[in-house]
Amino acid sequence: MITDILILLLRFIALVGLQVTILNNIQLSGYINPYLYVLFILLLPVKFPKIPAMVFAFFIGLTIDMFTNTMGIHAGASVFMAYARPVVLKIFSPRDGYETDATPNIKDLGLQWWLAYSSVLVLIHHFALFYLEAFRLSEFFSTFMRVLLSGASTLILILITQFLFGKSKKER
Amino acid sequence: MKNLFLFLYRNNYTIIFILIEILCLTLIIRNNNFQNASAFNSSNKIVGAVMEVVNYVNEYIDLKATNKNVVQENARLRSLLPDAYYESNILKNTVNDTLRHKQYSFFVAKVINNSMTRRNNYLTLDKGALQGVKPEMGVITSQGVVGIVKNVSWHYCTVMSMLHKDMRISAKFKNNNYFGSLAWEGSDPTIAVLKDIAKHVVFQKGDTVVTTSYSAVFPENILIGTVAGADIKPGENFYSIQIKLSTNFSNLTYVYVVDNMLKSEQRKLEDETVNNDH
Repeated sequence: MITDILILLLRFIALVGLQVTILNNIQLSGYINPYLYVLFILLLPVKFPKIPAMVFAFFIGLTIDMFTNTMGIHAGASVFMAYARPVVLKIFSPRDGYETDATPNIKDLGLQWWLAYSSVLVLIHHFALFYLEAFRLSEFFSTFMRVLLSGASTLILILITQFLFGKSKKER
Repeated sequence: MKNLFLFLYRNNYTIIFILIEILCLTLIIRNNNFQNASAFNSSNKIVGAVMEVVNYVNEYIDLKATNKNVVQENARLRSLLPDAYYESNILKNTVNDTLRHKQYSFFVAKVINNSMTRRNNYLTLDKGALQGVKPEMGVITSQGVVGIVKNVSWHYCTVMSMLHKDMRISAKFKNNNYFGSLAWEGSDPTIAVLKDIAKHVVFQKGDTVVTTSYSAVFPENILIGTVAGADIKPGENFYSIQIKLSTNFSNLTYVYVVDNMLKSEQRKLEDETVNNDH
């Protein structure tokens, strides 16, 4: 229990640190900016209580907001993603359901499952994020481009991180 | 009544979701207001300290370009020194100049956080209220206009960049003084759009666009950019002109904050004039 909380805390600090020191400084062609910190929400255990998950999402979003001067935008998008997560998990649940202590990761549930799960949630997050940021519909298509390009770059980074650091339950 | 409580109990997850989202929206809308000092941004002390460390590394990477800029700026300033002029009149004018008041003062600040990929971009500078920075001061470099100070804390200030959806700068052609309003459309960080230039105005590609003094934020004739192209929709009376920005936002390191010492006087007079109309 204590180690679980410690792991969450360390992951929080590591992802926020990586996001604000390195990833926020990546500037490619004015459209692409990966937001790897959403991995924190993706990696919460499957049976993690829903309301604490939203509160965690709110705080990680708010921390990112403080560093980018975009008050509330990342927080709003992250909370939306955390809200949608149980629904997405239910849609993609394996035939005989999840194990009671399952955490979503590539080694336990397979590449195909992970791709479906993470791409849907990352797109939900980026949609909320970029439309909250633009705050108007007149730039609908250019914002849409940003969603797709940034979403793709986030997904690639998430995959790399999973291949490098993802551990299955048995290995722990 | 019982049913209502039952409904609330069953849907508590969604209700808490809606409450948190309302909180986020309030934060976003509050932050959109100009001059709304909020503790949760990079003028915050902890965030500022982290950003300073990040910038410490970035500064080394940009050192070469910065040096080049400093040298160019030095050369320009050196050419303005009295020593650089040939003294043609023998009688030196020693009369105390009472006709010219100093209106603008500049002080240098270091950029410790910067972005250009978002729809709304901000910079953080390492000067704050202690050094006399106030909201709505202009920020420029030797290359051109950068933005306007938004929030100020004791040691830091945040600057709304030119690359922001709410940014409007009053701009004019240097050669004929026709003015319009400049905004950024959001895709290309090197191009902004100048509007409200009437159909009869003659200009060419490559013409220089500079600031006006109307807003009292920037001094007059600060470089903004050059005309890169223009189009006019059939039946409309105003051009929309693409301006290639002269400021390179991707390697900003040192900037100047502009203090207009007569701004409050100008604003007060203008406000009084408008109020008298009502």
